[in-house]
Amino acid sequence: MADESAKHLEVALVAAERTVWQGQAKIVIARTTDGDVGILPGHAPLLGLLQGGTVQVRTTDDEYFVAAAPDGFISVANDRVSILAENAEMGRDIDLEEAKLALERAQAAGTDSEDEQEHVRLAEARVRAAEQAS
Amino acid sequence: MPASLRELRERRASVSTIKKLTRAMELIAASRIVKAQQRAAAAGPYARELTRAVSAVATYSNVDHPLTTEKPDPKRAAVLLITSDRGQAGAYSSSVIREGERLNQLLRDDAKEVVPYLSGRKGIAYYTFRQREVAQSWSGDSDSPSFARAREIADALIEAFLTPTEEGGVDEIHIVFTRFVSMLTQRPEVIRLLPLEVVEGDEPPAPDEVLPLYEFEPSASEVLDGLLPKYVASRIHYCMLQAAASELASRQRAMKSATDNAQDLIESLTRQFNQARQAQITQEISEIVGGASALADANAGSE
Repeated sequence: MADESAKHLEVALVAAERTVWQGQAKIVIARTTDGDVGILPGHAPLLGLLQGGTVQVRTTDDEYFVAAAPDGFISVANDRVSILAENAEMGRDIDLEEAKLALERAQAAGTDSEDEQEHVRLAEARVRAAEQAS
Repeated sequence: MPASLRELRERRASVSTIKKLTRAMELIAASRIVKAQQRAAAAGPYARELTRAVSAVATYSNVDHPLTTEKPDPKRAAVLLITSDRGQAGAYSSSVIREGERLNQLLRDDAKEVVPYLSGRKGIAYYTFRQREVAQSWSGDSDSPSFARAREIADALIEAFLTPTEEGGVDEIHIVFTRFVSMLTQRPEVIRLLPLEVVEGDEPPAPDEVLPLYEFEPSASEVLDGLLPKYVASRIHYCMLQAAASELASRQRAMKSATDNAQDLIESLTRQFNQARQAQITQEISEIVGGASALADANAGSE
């Protein structure tokens, strides 16, 4: 089993109400509060808070995608990578124009309260993911 | 004395309208249960991963977090009571409310002050009718709770928990909800939400399983800071989903027995109706026969 699992990562991108994506990947790149981390098979167990809200994944089929995972966190153990975010979304599913409008609206609403800051962060993550995906 | 034919016919018509209604409600509840169960299943992975992560932090670091620390002398306890928005669900709401009352009594016996939080219109109605003070209440989506609603509740509860007791905060938080055991059994249950007793996942790790040594970014305590509120929200969401499935199952069962009862009533009314009609016909015939023989007698006498 060690040989098999050493070649790829089992990745699950999970939102609160559904599993967004699940599959095998070669590498996962995520930005935590301490900077970017690239996770390859065999990575030490890790638990980190995501910042910036995007995660990049290269699958075993050499497909590359970006996902928005605002205010999420990543957990790595035994070549299993779980990315959890309440509002996780695939970058290619996000409409860039619509996301930009949502960001403007969120910024216009102000950034005083915690809730508003969270809305802005969420909108930023969606725009970033959509930009990188296109 | 048998009721008149017209009355019986009217009663039978109204009972069959009610039967159609309860039958429709039964079918609606049945189809929603499937959806509720799917939603509960879809929320499973998130809850499972969160539990795994939280127990990892709790096991591999010795950080103390306010949300996991028992307060030395608990005085005020918050109780979140999850009820339904609508009735027609048999004893669903009343049994969960009764469980809540039992818990309230228990807490009061422990010399703790109870601070009620309510979800669902039925619970709110129960408390307002008795003019009790309610800390906060939510209603509107008891049969399909969203994660956003669960977070709203979690935020309010965590805030109350982190507020010092003297300033109106609470020392512990309990949830009263109905667990969906099966389509036939739903059990009202009480769980303690805060302070958290971590490592209460659905599947505890086997004793011989080697648990990994974790790296934390940025640090264990900060990770815990970020994780625990999410974990609380996910627990509340879980309870609400269970409650929603239970509500629908109770409604389906209640409506099924209502439909069956309506059917029985229709049958007995039909019998009464036929009997009354038969009696009327018999009476008419005997009247005709009686009249005819009287006429024959009269004719015979005149000749």
